[in-house]
Amino acid sequence: MTEPLIEPQHIQCENLDQMDQVWTRPETLIDRKLHYCPGCGHSVAHRLIMETIDELNIQETTIGVAPVGCSVFAYHYMDIDMQEAAHGRATAVATGIKRVLPDRIVFTYQGDGDLAAIGTAETIHTINRGENIVIIFVNNGIYGMTGGQMAPTTLPGFVTSTSPNGRDTHTMGYPLKMAEMISVLPGAYYVTRQAVHSAKSVRKAKKATLKAFQYQMDGKGGTSFVEIVSNCPSGWKMTPVESNQYLDDEIFDFYTLGDIKLPPKE
Amino acid sequence: MAKIKGHVTIRTENCKGCDLCVHECPQDSLQLSTALNTSGYPYAVLVNDTCTGCTNCALVCPEAVITVFREGKKKPIAILSHVTENITVDITS
Amino acid sequence: MSEKLLMKGNEALAEAAIRAGLKGYFGYPITPQSELLEYLSHHLNNRGGSFLQAESELAAINMVYGAAGAGVRTMTSTSSPGYSLMQEGVSYIACAEIPCLLVNVVRGGPGLGTIQPSQGDYFQAVKGGGHGDYKLIVLAPDSVQEMADFVYLGFDLADKYLMPVLILTDGALGQMMEPVTFPDYDVEKNKVDHSSWATTGKLTSRSQNVITSLHIEAEKMEDINIHLQKKYKTIQENEVRYEAINTEEADIIIVAFGLVARVAHKAMENANKKGLKVGMIRPITLFPFPTEILLTLSEKVDQFLVVEMNAGQMVEDVRLAVNGKIPVDFYGRMGGVIPQPSEIVDKLIQMDSSKTHSK
Repeated sequence: MTEPLIEPQHIQCENLDQMDQVWTRPETLIDRKLHYCPGCGHSVAHRLIMETIDELNIQETTIGVAPVGCSVFAYHYMDIDMQEAAHGRATAVATGIKRVLPDRIVFTYQGDGDLAAIGTAETIHTINRGENIVIIFVNNGIYGMTGGQMAPTTLPGFVTSTSPNGRDTHTMGYPLKMAEMISVLPGAYYVTRQAVHSAKSVRKAKKATLKAFQYQMDGKGGTSFVEIVSNCPSGWKMTPVESNQYLDDEIFDFYTLGDIKLPPKE
Repeated sequence: MAKIKGHVTIRTENCKGCDLCVHECPQDSLQLSTALNTSGYPYAVLVNDTCTGCTNCALVCPEAVITVFREGKKKPIAILSHVTENITVDITS
Repeated sequence: MSEKLLMKGNEALAEAAIRAGLKGYFGYPITPQSELLEYLSHHLNNRGGSFLQAESELAAINMVYGAAGAGVRTMTSTSSPGYSLMQEGVSYIACAEIPCLLVNVVRGGPGLGTIQPSQGDYFQAVKGGGHGDYKLIVLAPDSVQEMADFVYLGFDLADKYLMPVLILTDGALGQMMEPVTFPDYDVEKNKVDHSSWATTGKLTSRSQNVITSLHIEAEKMEDINIHLQKKYKTIQENEVRYEAINTEEADIIIVAFGLVARVAHKAMENANKKGLKVGMIRPITLFPFPTEILLTLSEKVDQFLVVEMNAGQMVEDVRLAVNGKIPVDFYGRMGGVIPQPSEIVDKLIQMDSSKTHSK
């Protein structure tokens, strides 16, 4: 016999008006339901960018570039001027904007298929020119929007809809470590790999995002690159909690978190 | 040291029941509902009066539906209520 | 400025672009348009704009998308294989309705082809070029002077209709030197306010500006298409440009554009000296195509001859315009070969005699 379900009741707080509000959603994050799957890291990454824009007070001067992939509708949630780029071309579009409006803050938001497969050339050359922009790279090791195909970043052995027996490196190549690759370019100013799967990692990722935008505003160096290793519960066929556990158990051994390149000390 | 007293409010209609906040809460204060919201998801509910206002749940919440409150360190110097006309208040200290 | 300068077509086009208020140029080297890129690399950064050599034509067109999306005058230039590579971006820009100037200094194809002049990209230019239903305004200069003039016209039309304008020229016009005069052009006076859509930073006084070509609901996407088609119809009604020569007394009308129009003009003169009655229509806008004048002339003349440096592309549009009323013949050379006036005269004589025989 199953136990009857008891509906949990939200505890009410009588003196809420006397308490300090210590956290709420950023104002520039547009208040509408996100289209992402439950537990998706994209949503958190979006929020971190908008928190950053709020804190730096740069809504009026920031222009974002959305990618193709799950985050194709990023502009539905980010209350800033945005352009929607073709698949892989976000950094080229951002270059165009930054070159004619050098005093604006320009960033791209890209997934791994976008940045590390179809847009590899644009990514490398944009960074190699040291374009003073921020690249937010959300790496979840899979093509989420098209239904879970193998990505350039998919780990060896990982099963996807186009690597049904797991990624075989002999025929499908190896996962690309974009952050490490681009960190050797002189144009890369700040390169870091972060995650948003726990409160601790979110705090760190926020700091990194804030730094990246601050570096652009300071304008002393080149491109700031923030990789966010994220889950894809639907694509990975896991619950959100399982997928975040999988990040800890499997993914971060390969995609090591932390700063990869820091700006030169003055 | 006295425990910090916190509280969360949750916009349950936008919650997708991903369960991340429940797992992230160090006080085990949260739980998923058995009922579903109009989008068909269970939603997070504050079930234990143990919240410290640490914000962990809000930080991992993809939908940004959690607002966190914490008991202030400073007591209010005055509470104004039932104001019916324009008034001027000077805070001198 | 009214002084006359001797310049290459590519350079005249580049100089005109700077004078027209060019703020962003993004391009990639390819023969026979590289002088354009080189000229702008020397001069644009010192004269109020930003020059960037991209890593590919694909990147270049997407940089154009970004910069033009920020509301400033932006252009790119390339040649046939490079223009093919740009088609992805052109389709996005056309759908997102962003004004910009594109230049294709056409060379012989298909494939890597040759670096000699050609008109083999006519279809690609006037039928859209990339995926989906869209058009560009296509301007076809026939001289170095027009290479310059059409830059101003191109930018103005792009700003007016919020779409890419393509200057379709070829390797010969790009490379040849001719005297050119740059008109007085007031950049400020011709500036169009794009603040309602351009991404320049969302001021608190307005809602966000988003540039996108993605509209996931079919009905919404159809609305976008209907809007675009309406715009193209307006352009068809208002922006047709062509040159008509000797059309009053003619029995045969040559239709030719760009470089070939110059050869055809010579052929027309030579044929008329031999007693033929030949006139000529030179389409200046390839889209919108000068359909009406061709239809009108089809009531008065006996035959059309379309001459092109391709296997016969514009001839299809001439036949559509004439709609079977009179014969439309074709003479073309391919692969980068420029037809000689004598070849065209021979063709005209053959056409004239076959008409006489049939009477």
